[in-house]
Amino acid sequence: MNTQTKTTFKTCPKASNACQAIAAASALLLGHAAQAEGDFWDFSKDWSFDSAVLYYSEADRVQAFEAIVSATRETDVDDKFNFKITLDSLTGATPLGAVVQNTEQTFTRPSGNGQYTVAAGEIPLDDTFRDTRLQLNAQWTKPAWSGVTTSYGLHFSKEFDYLSLAGNGSLAWEFNQKNSVFSLGLSVASDTFSPYGGIPVAHSQMVVDRVQFADDDAYRAAFDATRDRADDTKQTTDLLLGWTQVVNRSTIMQFNYSYSSVNGYLSDPFKVYSVVDNTGTVIETNGLYAHYYENRPDSRAKHSIFGQVKHHFDESIADFSLRYMTDDWDIDSQTVDYKHLFYVGENSYIEPQFRYYQQSAANFYLPYLLDSQAQPEFASSDIRLGEFTAYTLGFKYGWKTDSGNDIAVRLSYYQQTPKDVLGNHPGQLANAEIYPDLDAFFVQFSYSF
Amino acid sequence: MRYGKPVLIISMLAALAGCSSMGVEPWERDLLAKQHMAIVADPLEASLDDHIYFSKEATSGGRSFAGGGCGCN
Repeated sequence: MNTQTKTTFKTCPKASNACQAIAAASALLLGHAAQAEGDFWDFSKDWSFDSAVLYYSEADRVQAFEAIVSATRETDVDDKFNFKITLDSLTGATPLGAVVQNTEQTFTRPSGNGQYTVAAGEIPLDDTFRDTRLQLNAQWTKPAWSGVTTSYGLHFSKEFDYLSLAGNGSLAWEFNQKNSVFSLGLSVASDTFSPYGGIPVAHSQMVVDRVQFADDDAYRAAFDATRDRADDTKQTTDLLLGWTQVVNRSTIMQFNYSYSSVNGYLSDPFKVYSVVDNTGTVIETNGLYAHYYENRPDSRAKHSIFGQVKHHFDESIADFSLRYMTDDWDIDSQTVDYKHLFYVGENSYIEPQFRYYQQSAANFYLPYLLDSQAQPEFASSDIRLGEFTAYTLGFKYGWKTDSGNDIAVRLSYYQQTPKDVLGNHPGQLANAEIYPDLDAFFVQFSYSF
Repeated sequence: MRYGKPVLIISMLAALAGCSSMGVEPWERDLLAKQHMAIVADPLEASLDDHIYFSKEATSGGRSFAGGGCGCN
């Protein structure tokens, strides 16, 4: 296109700026038309790539490694294609939900094959957590008609025991000289969970072989009686309404409202809750300790409001956002996110990051159940449904290479602090550490070319 | 409550009218055009963060779609 423009310039008389401008404009238009017809489906052109790797590590628990490559093709007719591939791998231990005891405890692995032992005074962690995931995303963004852009996407994610398929579509309407954008999006997802060993029957008791069974077959029969299906599914529908507004030359804002409805199997097949007596000791029934597989409602509706402001100062950019979420499980959460990018010299920047998060507990969350209480219809001891606060402190350093590519390194620390939802605890639990806290750090390296 | 709805509608219209007076001319977009000024300046970083928080907290989405994805929650 540049060549065409230069050639056309030569045919204009030296003094005629108007002629040069018209020639340049027609060259641009012709270029567009040629690209539109000739190059639109030529996928060998116009690509840019972004990549990132992340290492995530919790103290004594989960370690994760994740890599993403994103390829974007922007054509001259403003269509944008994006393909993203994500690969991640998780290993380590995760809280089981069973209550801490002053004696050693033994649990059965989710598959039913083998056991693991937790020392006295330790919060029970299931150390069999291991998975590898492949995720593929494709998104096509396209100008539809005057001022309106459409976007369509597909999502595929597969783990050993989990499959997620999703599709999304959205409309973005630009007006007021593109200073205001109203957007409307819909996403529908279908997930299938097929845990090794099957889906546990809700509230069934964890079968642990303590040599009380006549033989392996008797144990296996007892274990199999706690499973009633190989897999189960859930469906998620998300609706997103967004408003983006340019305020002035250096400030932009966004407001979103989103509604999410999830139906189907929402329990975690690996989590249990324990029943204790008035000494805080896990009771025994049917020759087994009272650890029961959790049960969550089969639907959840969430509403969230999100607001973000970005402001460009002389040599820095502030990025501030707030999110409020409420759902019909009685979980309310607030999130504050603040990042401030400071330019350092011509080609580099530093960005301190801070995030604060707080959530209330789901109405069926319990750290354990007392044997004097009736068994509730829904129960979970998963700390992710409990009450806690969390903060993240991060620091990012980025620079541009001589060839114009972007590199960034980020180091973050994440800490979760649980809040006690009961106030006092019976017997041996009075002074025990009941809620698992979480300390994690993560390192990210990004490269765009 | 009786006046709730009209007040809400009037406020929204006022906000809308306010928004129409906000903004810049096309030639004033030098700062807004920077990648760092994009609403999501680093999409991959946002995607990695979403995955971490989705698997550790009961809230997801808000900025974009919340749903589905992995068995990590």
